[in-house]
Amino acid sequence: MTTTEPVAGRLGPPRLPATPYGQGAEGAPSLADILERVLDKGVVIAGDIRINLLDIELLTIKLRLLVASVDKAKEMGIDWWEHDPSLSSRARTRAVQDDDQERSLTEENARLRAEIAALRARAEDRSVDG
Amino acid sequence: MTESAQRQHMVYAYAVLRPTPEAARAAAVLRGVADEQVGLVETGDLAAAVGPVPAEEFEEGALKAGLEELPRLEALARGHHGVVAGLAPLGAVLPLRLATVYRDEDRVRQVLQERRDQFLPLLERLAGHVEWGVKVYTDPTDSLARDAAVPAGATGGEDALSPGRAYLAARRRRRRGAEEAWQTAARTAARIAEEAGALAVGRVAHRPQRGELAQVAGGGTAGGGKPGGENIANDAYLVSADRAEEFRSRVLAAAEGQPGVRVEVTGPWAPYSFALPPDPAARPEPV
Repeated sequence: MTTTEPVAGRLGPPRLPATPYGQGAEGAPSLADILERVLDKGVVIAGDIRINLLDIELLTIKLRLLVASVDKAKEMGIDWWEHDPSLSSRARTRAVQDDDQERSLTEENARLRAEIAALRARAEDRSVDG
Repeated sequence: MTESAQRQHMVYAYAVLRPTPEAARAAAVLRGVADEQVGLVETGDLAAAVGPVPAEEFEEGALKAGLEELPRLEALARGHHGVVAGLAPLGAVLPLRLATVYRDEDRVRQVLQERRDQFLPLLERLAGHVEWGVKVYTDPTDSLARDAAVPAGATGGEDALSPGRAYLAARRRRRRGAEEAWQTAARTAARIAEEAGALAVGRVAHRPQRGELAQVAGGGTAGGGKPGGENIANDAYLVSADRAEEFRSRVLAAAEGQPGVRVEVTGPWAPYSFALPPDPAARPEPV
């Protein structure tokens, strides 16, 4: 049985100490945090390689969607991350939850059928007795 | 086959900074996106941290392909960030956007000169400052806890309901819990923004992280490594370096004891979010 406790008491590990510019081993910045900075922020100057501007903007939009809204990205037909197992953990979790839901309903169904069968059998017994 | 193509290099530029001996020393021990040794290209009172990268990996087609593949994009992004982060403690750096690549060092010098009037004021403004990221999430495990705490009688005796109705009732309660959690988190976010704003000299709102990537990323960071929760605020603050620790501890203190929220403070970062030229015309608009 879980109860609601203050955040401070419930979070197991203590807050991580500040790591200089995200270089600490445990405090390594998340990819989402890095991408939103290196792709979406920072000084934009045109390079000689024409990946710049349009391409990088398109990529930025894709990643922004990846970070911002998967549904929106899917609407636009962007789904390249879906085949990446490192990114599909949430989808996996969801599938597992659905499975659990289904399993419990199946079990309940089986239990109810068994009960009905038992009741029927009892009713038949009674009618035989009577 | 082509021996010359194999030996050809392009110049990958990471950041703009002041050409100091310390900066040159710091750059020299850094490795970049192609595991190359980083160095400074200087012209007058400006320098760029650059590294020679293999042309066959960084010419247009290859680079584009690399950016479309998440593992390679991640390696590139982390490599880029590693160099910027290695230089940031020295003072002001202007991080360049990912994949800014030039034919040779002369082109880098040329760009530094062309943009000098833009870079110098930015460097001056950002000197002695760090960027902190502050993310506020709703905490779904809290609302689940609330669900569990609701006495059965208060919900109309779910035991008596059919599985379908019980399922719907549970969903309704969960949704109500999520709404409450969201509102609590929004209030906390406002409090934190107030606290943080008082200590910062600049603030930039990033888009809340809501994608698969954000879910994966949220796993291993400060906040107990809890998955899930909706990111409702994702802000970057520019803070004077000598108040950096104070900022961090006061933001975390403001989040302390708030039920239903999880707050993450990331950084200190190089001032990515504040290294934007003031001229809006210089920023490409999303298509």
